[in-house]
Formats: sequence, C-alpha cells, structure tokens
Amino acid sequence: MTIVTNRTFLSEKAGRAITAIVVSLVLWEIGSRSRTWLGVAIPGISAAPPPSAVVIAFLGVVFEISYWYSWYLSSLRVFGGFLIAMLLGIPLGIMLAMNRTFNGIVFPVFEVLRPIPPLAWVPLAIIFWPTQGLSIGFVTFLGAFFTIVINVLDGARSIDGRFYSAAQSMGASRWQVFRRVILPATIPSISVGAVVGMGITWEVVVAAEMISGSGSSMGRAGGGLGFFIWSSYLGGSYEQIIVGMISIGVAGYLCSSGIRMLSEASTPWLKRR
Amino acid sequence: MKPNQSEKSGSTELASRVGGEIVAQDVSKSYEVDGERRLVIHGCSLTVERGKLTVMIGPSGCGKSTLIRLLAGFEKPSGGAVLVNGKEARSPNGDCLVVFQETALFDWMTARDNVFFGPRVRGTFDKAMLYKANALLAYVGLEQFQEKYPPQLSGGMQRRAELARAMINDPDVMVLDEPFRGLDAMTKKLMQEYYARIFDETRRTTLFITTDIDEAIFLADRILIMSNMPMRVRASIDVTLPRPRRLIDVFESDAGNTIKMQALTILHDEAMKSFSQGSAAATDFMNAYSSRVSRTQPGGN
Repeated sequence: MTIVTNRTFLSEKAGRAITAIVVSLVLWEIGSRSRTWLGVAIPGISAAPPPSAVVIAFLGVVFEISYWYSWYLSSLRVFGGFLIAMLLGIPLGIMLAMNRTFNGIVFPVFEVLRPIPPLAWVPLAIIFWPTQGLSIGFVTFLGAFFTIVINVLDGARSIDGRFYSAAQSMGASRWQVFRRVILPATIPSISVGAVVGMGITWEVVVAAEMISGSGSSMGRAGGGLGFFIWSSYLGGSYEQIIVGMISIGVAGYLCSSGIRMLSEASTPWLKRR
Repeated sequence: MKPNQSEKSGSTELASRVGGEIVAQDVSKSYEVDGERRLVIHGCSLTVERGKLTVMIGPSGCGKSTLIRLLAGFEKPSGGAVLVNGKEARSPNGDCLVVFQETALFDWMTARDNVFFGPRVRGTFDKAMLYKANALLAYVGLEQFQEKYPPQLSGGMQRRAELARAMINDPDVMVLDEPFRGLDAMTKKLMQEYYARIFDETRRTTLFITTDIDEAIFLADRILIMSNMPMRVRASIDVTLPRPRRLIDVFESDAGNTIKMQALTILHDEAMKSFSQGSAAATDFMNAYSSRVSRTQPGGN
C-alpha cells in the first residue's frame, strides 16, 4: 500500500518536473524567436539562441574530441583541487577542533585568508605555479578547502563530551578515540563540507578558466569548459555558449549526486529504519 | 540443580565478578567560575559497598554528576581521596565504568559494535569475548536488533544496549547516572524491573544515581540522600526489603512507605533550602513531594 502510494507520488513528481522543463523550453523557444514569430522582440531573451539551435550546436560538438577534452580538463582540475582540499582540510579541521595551542596559532591566519575570494588568487596562482593547469587547480583547491575545514571544525567541536568519557572509561587510547569516535562522528559534517565544496569548485574552475584562457595546443576548446564558453563568446557562437553552460550544469549535478551517494553510504546510521 | 540452571547459564557467566567497592573520604571539589571559586562538593564521605546497590538521590543540579566524574577518575578531587578497591581512582581503568545520563551509545556503530567496543579497544577481543557479547545481547533482548544503529532503536532498547556495553567490560563497580531519565513512564517502570532483575542475577557493586524516590526505594540496598551544593551525604537509609522485589510489593508494604516518608522529609528540607536560594530545580522536588504525600497518606486515593 505504502509502496503504491509512494510510486504514484514519484511518477506525479516526475510528471511535474517534465512538464515544467518542457514548458520552459517552449517559452524560451517562443521568446528567442519573438522578433519573427510575434513581430515584437522581447527584451533580453530575444537575443539568446533558441533551444532548437542549441541542440543543433550540441550535435555539432558532441563528436568533436576537443569538446570532451574540455570536460576532461575541467573535471581533472575540479577533482584534483577537491581531493587535495579534502586530504588537507579534514585533518586540519580536526586538529583545529582538538588542539587548543594549534588552534591558537593557526586559526587566526586561517581566518584572515578565508574571506579572500578564490578568484582573487588567480593572478598570484599564475605567478606561483609553472603551468596554467596547476594554477587553476590551485584556485579550485582554495575554493573547496576553506569550506571543508570550517565544516569539519564545527562538526568535530560539537561532538558530545559524553562520547569521549564513555570511550575513555572503556579503555580507549587517544588514537582509538580519534579513529573510532572523532572521525566517524565528524563524517556527517565532512559530507556537508564536501557537497558545498564541490559546488564551489565548479563555480571557481569555470571562472578561473575564463580569466586565464587557453594555454593548450588543442586550440579553441583546449582550456576546459570555462574557456569553451568564453571562446564561444569571442567567436560569436552563442549556441555553443549555452551548450557549455548546460555542460557545466550537468557536470556539477553529477558530481554533487556522486558525493551525496558516497556520504549516504558512509553514514548508514543516519538512515531511517 | 544443573538442568534448571542451563537456561540461565548465560547470566551466571556474566556474574563472574562481584566486584569492588568505592570509598570517598572527605572529598571536596571546587571550580573557578567567572573568577569566583565555587565549592560544588564539600566534606563528602561515602562508601559504595561490595555487591550492593547503592542509590544516590538529591535535588537536580546538586553536584551528583561532578561526584561521578571524581569517582570514575575523570577528574581529581580538590581535597580528600577517592579509593576504588583501595587504590586511587584513575581513568581509564577497568575498575569503574560509568553509564551516562540518557545515552552515550555511539550513533555510528551498530548495537553489536557498541557492545564490542570495550574489548576491541583494549585488544581483548577473542572468541570467548564474542560468545560473551552474543550472550549479553541476547540477555538484554537485543539479539534481533544487534545490526541496528542506536537512532533506530527505541529508548528502552538504547538503555539496554548501553547496559550490555558496560557489562561486557566486567567492571568491579558500575556507576549508572540517571540511566532511565527521559524515558516515558511505562518504559521507565519496565526498565526498572528489568534492571532490578539484572542486578539480582549479577550482584555487581553498583552506584545508581537518580532523582526519582520510587526508583530509589525499589532498587536500593542503601539510599544516600545528598544535600544541596556544596554537596555531601545528608542521610543514609538502609532499605532492607527482601529481594527480588516487585514494584507493586514495595509500595503496598508499610516498610516501603515508611522509608519513603523518611526520605521525602529529608529531601523536602533540602529542596526547601535550594528553593529559598532561588534554584529552579527545587520546584521539581516540591512538586514531587506534594504529589507523593497525598498519594501515600493512609486512606487517600
């Protein structure tokens, strides 16, 4: 009974979603063709290419290796930056939460650096790092890093003191308290930090690629999805701008779902019975 | 004798150690709060006797939890000494284990892994321990639920898992800090009867902290009534009702009600004192007191 209700609900939800997407596509098509179809140009949207043209542009690039190479480059920078941010951010967050002296020394520096937008680092990153890919990777790393550290720090700090006392009185060593209490108790906040951090890395990578431009021999589409959009703009191919935008949307969505699945799998105790 | 015992064999094995005793000698503890020295415990002497269930009762916020931290060796007293089996209390030690208010089960471990925790971190986890863990889980009725995580268990199951997690470590003394607080009235009664049975079968030295006078009389061999802050033992009452007890027997019997009146009179004084000092916690006790008196008066309904 419950399952049937559930299924009806799901299909209802899916139906609504599909209807909403179809209606907006139709409105978009009408809007961008308003000059010829309605005789009046609707401001803004009439300058945008219609979805049908975007589909055609997509079919044009989908078989081009350079388009997929843009995907590859952006993903590489996102994952590289993100993974390093996780590897450094999780231990740093936990240490900031656990060690008062360490916190007293490191946290002020951290708090001064944190409000600097990752994109403000782009010029310095280009000077710092030998290749363009590394500089962009560094900027995406910064985007995720601060968010992850702050989330882990808050999570580790809010662990109930009774857990420590209980573990300690049952004979757990400091390392075991860390490994079996602090780390698992922090996983939910690590997941939150990861989901938010992943979103930021996609924002940052695109902007950084636009600013720094292509340094690759692959030509127009060799600088990642951000540069793909920017060069489409420079080349006057407005349909391709939209293709690039949607590509990033899809990429971000895939990454976030992936992380959500991973975090759900690693926190089985948060599942309803 | 043997064949009848076989069904209970799990529990008799669990009663392998009757355990030790805790002696507190003239203990005091003070904290610095906002630059002011605050005396929480002063001149507190008590004995948690071997193989006995000692219940400590006192107005909430009177310093009981602080005393527990001293008894379990998490903190050192400012004055006096706490001796567990004649040695100074130190943590971690296998001698004295605390089961905390509400629950301190690890959410991220299944009920079973929670029970395994102690042996695992001490590196004493072997086949015999596995057998014992399974016996304990069955003993507290969680055999079917051992793969569940604490948030997926009911309140009563969580407390039983918590008891099993402490019992597997075979501590000489168990300290239960208001273990049934926060349970609904029905579950609480069931857990009290259930716990009384565990104690009768294992006879492990226990200090049980509560704010519920009925719970205290039902469980205790001896009740320690604590004074308000700075805390010390205000009175000690021996409860000589025969074991095993049933809730209904205790409160139908004259002996039970005499103890209750005696305890309530002292508690009332303490509650009154803290009430006049403006403690909100005292109101609970005033309420509890008045309702009990009207219920326990002869001829009253």
